[in-house]
Amino acid sequence: MGSFIQYTLQGLAAGGFYALAALGLAVIFGVMGVVNFSHGAMYMLGAVASAVLLKELGVGFWGAIVLVPILLFLFGVLIERTLVRWLLALDPLYNFLLTFGLTLIIVDLVKKKYGVSGLPYELPAGLDGRLAIGGVSLSKYQLFAAVFSVLMCLLVWLLLTKTRIGMIVRAATEDSERSRALGINVGMWVTPVFGFGIALAGLAGVLASPFRAITADMGTNFIIILFAVVVIGGLGSILGAVMAGFLVGLVEAYGQAYAPAFAQVLIFVLMAAVILIRPSGLFGREEVS
Amino acid sequence: MAEHTNLRVEGLDAWYGEAQVLRDVSIDVEPGEVVTLVGRNGAGKTTLLRSIMGLHRQTKGEMSFGGTALGRTSPDKRAKLGIGWVPDDRGIYATLSVLENLTLPPVVDKDASWSLDQIFEHFPVLHTRRDFPGTKLSGGEQQMLAMARPLRMGSSLLLLDEPSEGLAPVIVQQIGEIIREIKSRGVSVLLVEQNVKFASTVADRHYLLAQGRVVESLGNEEFQSRTTELLEYLGM
Repeated sequence: MGSFIQYTLQGLAAGGFYALAALGLAVIFGVMGVVNFSHGAMYMLGAVASAVLLKELGVGFWGAIVLVPILLFLFGVLIERTLVRWLLALDPLYNFLLTFGLTLIIVDLVKKKYGVSGLPYELPAGLDGRLAIGGVSLSKYQLFAAVFSVLMCLLVWLLLTKTRIGMIVRAATEDSERSRALGINVGMWVTPVFGFGIALAGLAGVLASPFRAITADMGTNFIIILFAVVVIGGLGSILGAVMAGFLVGLVEAYGQAYAPAFAQVLIFVLMAAVILIRPSGLFGREEVS
Repeated sequence: MAEHTNLRVEGLDAWYGEAQVLRDVSIDVEPGEVVTLVGRNGAGKTTLLRSIMGLHRQTKGEMSFGGTALGRTSPDKRAKLGIGWVPDDRGIYATLSVLENLTLPPVVDKDASWSLDQIFEHFPVLHTRRDFPGTKLSGGEQQMLAMARPLRMGSSLLLLDEPSEGLAPVIVQQIGEIIREIKSRGVSVLLVEQNVKFASTVADRHYLLAQGRVVESLGNEEFQSRTTELLEYLGM
């Protein structure tokens, strides 16, 4: 029982990264129709940036958790303004290819600068060590990561459901052409939404840095799982992205614990099962013909 | 303010890729007028509405609204000029509540905008369902919501695409009453309608479209007296 709770916590912590990053992916896709292949690279940049901030500037975890999302927001705005924006009018495939190309460039630049071996990172003071609750020993950091991601997802959820900006983003996510016909300048929201999505990927990277190996390639596997998360949750569904993120984190953790050889496969078995039963994903809407 | 509401389309051509779907279409809608576009499926009626809204961009020709040339103006700017969009799928947001659906679009003309109280007085069902998600409404209720939205914005022209489609006769009758109410306030309506009988109960004038061309333009009385002949001609 004790180990089951440990695995559950581990799954929720990992699920938190998936949920935050998938949330960013879903909002970008919804509002802009862009499948951002570079999301994994942005996650990696988030982790690398926190390692570099620590090593070069002595900025610890708490500084990074604030600074890195801001830096990645600005980076996202830059990329949207200089590259993504010009391809929006064309077939969505062009931006998919662009962000795929960006991924290769970013990953190789990081490799060139920091090498291929993992960058060191320390657990922040106060979050290292374990906590015994009712005889079960839990990692303090995993507990923090799980709770923090849930809170962040809630915060984004409140932003989306309780504010006018959120209402506009939800409307544009559902149907951006119709929103324009109803007098909403969707173009005005495109840049901040892209930056916001990238910032969420970066935040997931910061959270991952104390307990994942920080390498240039860490985003490669991540983006594949992230696409599985989005498909399971339902493309374009914000709630689906969050729920599926935590679900996939749990499946992965239980898989690693009870059937390590199948841990990765299990995620895709889950994805296949969801597609068979509900082709539009757990929270996706059926295609309106 | 009435003189600001007229729509003028002159010599409009439109394409989907290589295929030309509108040919030299010229129509106008005067303030407070209800004008229909009648024609069979594929005649180009919806494309004409989408071009006026600025959603269909592959066009050539002149369009103006309230004296302002529309040119390449974006859809959201056209909406702000007072063109109200009521698409054939009703365009209700599933992820937004009825109230959010109503208040999402900006008010474009404070004087012409209906207050929420006025909306709920004319569409009581929207009041009872104000907190429901958009998709939990019946087809008729969705149509009411779709029409209430531009009224709340204060649009001076409604582009109404097949409002009666798939609705029970009693609901169609209600929609007819709403159109008359809209008209009485000086708002114009450009109506695409397959239900010719319904169209002739609300409209002042009709444009007949066939294969992307306006083949006839006539007043409602003439339209009513020649309905059978005209429909046969259009193949409806």
